[in-house]
Amino acid sequence: MKIIVAIKQVPERDARIRIDSGNKWIDLEDVEFSMNESDAYALEEALQLKEAHGGEVIVVSAGPERAGKTIREALAKGADRAIHLQSSDETELAAYDALGVARLLAASIQDEKADLVLTGLQSDDLGLGQTGVILAELLGLPHASLILKIEVAGNGLKVLRELEDGWFQHIELATPAVLTIQSGNTKLRYATLMGIKKAKTKEVRVIAVADLVASDPSLKPTAPSVVLDQVKLPHKQRSTQLLGGSPAEAAAALVEKLQFEVRVI
Amino acid sequence: MGFKFQNVDFLKFDTLLNEDERLVRDTARAFVEDNLVPIIEDCFREGRFPRELVPQMGELGFFGANLHGYGCAGMSNVEYGLVMQELERGDSGFRSFVSVQSALVMYPIYTFGSEEQKQKWLPDLASGRKLGCFGLTEPGFGSNPGGMTTRARKVGDEYILNGEKMWITSGNIADVAIIWAKVVDDPEPGKETVRGFLVETDRPGFRADEVHGKWSLRASVTSGLSLQDVHIPASNLLPGSGGLKSPLMCLNQARYGISWGAIGAAMSCYDTALQYAKTRKQFRNEPIASHQLIQEKLVWMISEISKAQLLSLHAGRLKDAGTLTHEIISLAKRNNVWMALECARMARQVLGANGITEDYPIMRHMMNLESVITYEGTHDIHALIIGGHITGSPAF
Ligand SMILES: Cc1cc2nc3c(=O)[nH]c(=O)nc-3n(C[C@H](O)[C@H](O)[C@H](O)COP(=O)(O)OP(=O)(O)OC[C@H]3O[C@@H](n4cnc5c(N)ncnc54)[C@H](O)[C@@H]3O)c2cc1C
Repeated sequence: MKIIVAIKQVPERDARIRIDSGNKWIDLEDVEFSMNESDAYALEEALQLKEAHGGEVIVVSAGPERAGKTIREALAKGADRAIHLQSSDETELAAYDALGVARLLAASIQDEKADLVLTGLQSDDLGLGQTGVILAELLGLPHASLILKIEVAGNGLKVLRELEDGWFQHIELATPAVLTIQSGNTKLRYATLMGIKKAKTKEVRVIAVADLVASDPSLKPTAPSVVLDQVKLPHKQRSTQLLGGSPAEAAAALVEKLQFEVRVI
Repeated sequence: MGFKFQNVDFLKFDTLLNEDERLVRDTARAFVEDNLVPIIEDCFREGRFPRELVPQMGELGFFGANLHGYGCAGMSNVEYGLVMQELERGDSGFRSFVSVQSALVMYPIYTFGSEEQKQKWLPDLASGRKLGCFGLTEPGFGSNPGGMTTRARKVGDEYILNGEKMWITSGNIADVAIIWAKVVDDPEPGKETVRGFLVETDRPGFRADEVHGKWSLRASVTSGLSLQDVHIPASNLLPGSGGLKSPLMCLNQARYGISWGAIGAAMSCYDTALQYAKTRKQFRNEPIASHQLIQEKLVWMISEISKAQLLSLHAGRLKDAGTLTHEIISLAKRNNVWMALECARMARQVLGANGITEDYPIMRHMMNLESVITYEGTHDIHALIIGGHITGSPAF
């Protein structure tokens, strides 16, 4: 199975961020970057599928030169090769909305004829949750979102999809397909030192965004349908919540909040 | 459990590292954060080595990481150093175990061993299926290992070993001990030469007894070894070893790694003190971080940590270029362990009473570093090594 995983480099979750002077984005000076969390789970799913069924895992990432480290990390974890859709600076891609970025990604992977394209559910920085879904449309492939688990079944796939309130859905779909992956269902692997060394020898095809656009004028950024108007830090607020129910229920609710809301455990 | 570690980088040090070096550090950091930090206080209190982490460390390539082939990761010396830094940010005892396995067991086999010995031992030591220890120090000979009394006598195609070794890290969990002994009548009758031997720990006459009552490196096993008429085949001699220079070459590998490791312990102490100082309030309801004397302590720590980072990185780049000298290693080990211990003492004061508890890692680091400043050449012995070099007058 040939699997493409789209990964994005985003500011690290715990990075201490400042808003830049134009109030349009964060100040990227001194910020640590890492692989977008749900993309890391998408990569993990792809690597596990490859281990079980064979095939090839190709990562694609659109971003400036610094994204090379995240691509290298994916290769070190076991991806076979990479496509780096490289922007010339921090701003070039900002002219594109999710549709524009999905067009670029689609153009760069079209010829691969992959059996499966995985993306994360959404990016930790913009949180649009659109790129994967639009990518499916542009590639003319069926898609499912919020996927926790992928199994090969017959000629297609059986996937587990998260719904709200603890409900899940089992879906069967044919390949080729696009799936957007939800975080948290499996344990992420570390890049081994041997893997890091081996990654140096793997192919990274660098395609300049400008070159891609020059080859196909329809990829030029159009007036974006979504624009980022202002970025601001959330107001600090103190509030008290009383957790009701039995002690066991209250403890469970508390653990959930500490784990997923405040993320301290 | 203290605070979640935040990267300590005042100098934009990370810009001096390449992508691979940062990835290696990220892997080691994540491994320590996920697997060691949650259990280390219990291990330390119980005096337990977390052996359950060994297989995963083997898979990740942490053992003998800067050796090439035989299942080793083939890392550069800077990458190896960064792994040591992260491991010791977790715990000096845990790092000591990896240092011994890598620099004091795998390195001598790699450097002085026959091809057959390398094939036999290195892949298993790299994966963690087998563990090793390094026996140089004796009850009567620490700083002056040249005085060792352990003897090896060749009889037929065997060597017979007799002697006592003391303070041997991992002695009780090792499958193989690298034992340094003087071979009698070598190279000629009446003369003796220090050589290294591979001694399987299940050989009759070999005994390891754990040292109890340590207040330091409690998450690492330390043992006394006794060898009474231990017979080993002549093929267990490390053929390339000869003279005290051989074990000292191993120690140089380890000391280089320790210079990085100490930075990790210091970072942990500094980061804890900084985060604590920003939240703890005293007088006028202001964080103690806003007091001048607290700031001075924090500034001292970050200054020394930053200088130490540059020193170890420089040593690493020289080592990768093949031009690192043992005097530079002495300077780096001596300086960095000293500054780490000073950081631990200062950081502990910043935390006031909280600083003495196991809720924060500082006191554990402080106690650990008392071993680190003693083993692998004491602080003062390194002063004598450097002093002898610059003055031309050995003062031992
Ligand atoms: C936890 C731990 C683990 C260890 N693991 C190992 C191991 O795995 N393998 C191994 O072989 N060894 C190991 N060691 C031993 C360690 O290397 C020795 O403790 C060290 O070399 C110092 O020797 P010593 O303790 O006998 O002190 P001594 O040599 O007796 O020194 C005592 C003091 O005298 C000073 N001193 C000695 N000579 C001079 C001099 N000429 N001039 C000025 N001052 C001097 C020293 O600096 C020191 O302050 C370990 C030690 C510890 C604590």
